[in-house]
Amino acid sequence: MTVNREALGGETGLAGGAQAPSAGPEAPSAKKNRVRKSTPWGEIALFTGPALVVFSTFVILPVVLAGYVSFYHWDGGGDLGKFIGFENYSNVLKDSVFISSMKNNAFIVVMSLLIQGPLALGVALLMNRKLRFRAAFRTMIFVPYVVAEVIAGAMWRLILDQRGVLNTALLQLGVFDKPADAIGWLSDQKLVMWTMMFVLTWKYVGLAIILFLAGLQGVPDEVLEAAAIDGASWWQVQRRITIPLLGPTIRVWMFLSIIGSIQLFDMARLLTNNGAPFDSAYTMAMFVIDRAVRMRQYGYATAAAIVLFVISLTAALLFMRFVMRRDNEGEGGVA
Amino acid sequence: MSAEVTSVNNGVKRKKGSANKIGVGAYIAAILAAAFCIVPVLYVIYSGFRTSGQLAKTPVGLPKPFVWGNYSQIIGDGAFWKMMFASTVIALFTTIGVVLLGVMAAYPLARYEFRGREGMYTYFTAGLLFPITVAALPLYLVLLKLHLPGTPWGLVLPQIAFQLPVTVVILRPFVKAIPRELEEAAAIDGAGRIQFFFRILLRLTTPALVTVGVLAFVGSWNAYLLPLLLVQGSDWTTLPLGVARFQTDRSQDTALILAFLSLAMLPAIAFFTLMEKRIVSGLTGAVKG
Repeated sequence: MTVNREALGGETGLAGGAQAPSAGPEAPSAKKNRVRKSTPWGEIALFTGPALVVFSTFVILPVVLAGYVSFYHWDGGGDLGKFIGFENYSNVLKDSVFISSMKNNAFIVVMSLLIQGPLALGVALLMNRKLRFRAAFRTMIFVPYVVAEVIAGAMWRLILDQRGVLNTALLQLGVFDKPADAIGWLSDQKLVMWTMMFVLTWKYVGLAIILFLAGLQGVPDEVLEAAAIDGASWWQVQRRITIPLLGPTIRVWMFLSIIGSIQLFDMARLLTNNGAPFDSAYTMAMFVIDRAVRMRQYGYATAAAIVLFVISLTAALLFMRFVMRRDNEGEGGVA
Repeated sequence: MSAEVTSVNNGVKRKKGSANKIGVGAYIAAILAAAFCIVPVLYVIYSGFRTSGQLAKTPVGLPKPFVWGNYSQIIGDGAFWKMMFASTVIALFTTIGVVLLGVMAAYPLARYEFRGREGMYTYFTAGLLFPITVAALPLYLVLLKLHLPGTPWGLVLPQIAFQLPVTVVILRPFVKAIPRELEEAAAIDGAGRIQFFFRILLRLTTPALVTVGVLAFVGSWNAYLLPLLLVQGSDWTTLPLGVARFQTDRSQDTALILAFLSLAMLPAIAFFTLMEKRIVSGLTGAVKG
């Protein structure tokens, strides 16, 4: 207890510029270091308190509130309106726009893994050597990741619009004859999700490459040299040794990619002008924000957000349980 | 795009290629990947020096004549600077808050023995699982009670809160890695744990603090969802909100939008290029941690 009070005293002393008080009484506690000492709850509260308060108030409390307001007919004002039980939930799960946005998110999750994974792995394996200008390459590859999603969405929309610069260029190259035949990168319902995958690949493949390159640093050269001396070809070495050793990094990247795909919002909203054409490029997060901000159905939107949360949490837990389990168990092993 | 895929595959599939051939493949892969990533950005920046008329006539062409008008029009616009100011202030306060609260929380979580420590750590990491989308709408109710909507704090505090989990996860191993002996030596010299924190720990963890700070800054600078709900239309409208609005308002003037986009992304790119090592080590640190 003495330690406790002294700790607080020491802190106020610090703030006042006089640090003497804590010096004397603290010294004995160092001697008792190996002996059991009383827990300095005051210090712990002092250090963790601010973070706990801010985190609880602005993350945990709203999430708990979300569960609560999803049962109300809330229109976004200070008053929650009528209690309607599970009505919001049953309506959301019957809402064809929400269902199709769920399918879009599923498509994005799967295609992101299938497109970016092999592409990034290939580039990273090839680049994993002493390259000239390696740092410059890395910087350039990482640029799209730093560009805000909003800006990425806006710039690609300008390029890919029906009358955008890409179609104008294609027209001039003679790919099609008249402006009416222009390709609807963003206006064709069958094409728009593939266009989104292209832009997502542009935005995030660099991150995957950088993560894989960093992971490859952890693969010891000796192993690779030994394999090469034993006559293994470059590709055999990659397939049998490098890629398996890179496993944990790949799995963490997959985890980040899956969670990011489920929550995609900024880029998709700007790129497709809010899910156009005909809501065919809607994502779940766009549904949530749109129902709230544009239609003022906050209770309904929050129920949809909870569904999004449950899906995201389930995906995260399943992935950790079944795919990343050995990485966590194998701590201290190879990796 | 497809050209890149094939060339990468060629490189990978070349079975018994000599080291030399692989070396060439490495450069081809690197150049294609870098071009794929950087060319669209360069296109946006330099097309800002053309007119919308030039763009419509020849989308891919040199700026002839070279036009400063788009950039100077935006740079001369007070509204642009107002948003730039709002973005900067909000990103700075977010960064300071995240780093300060984060390292303070990480200290006991890494170096104190107390009951409930792992529970508290799990509590923070649980934040990683909550999508912003879920908290964003009820957040407004909380801010209303605290009279914060429309103020910079009404955006800064939630941003700090959402950035804390990843910050604590990154910082804890760094704080843990400081040798016990240093703390004991400091204690013998009469420094309490609080003095140890301010005088020694903060200095030794500076690289990690810079990393989480950079991540927080770039995250705040690029943020869209929370600002959209919390400061849209107020005096603290940030740049990403401006980008979204500008694109709708000026949809006819392609070149002007491109110039606006360039100016909006340049600070983040410049900042990143300076801090690249920190960002990468932070991300990979988070991956390994």
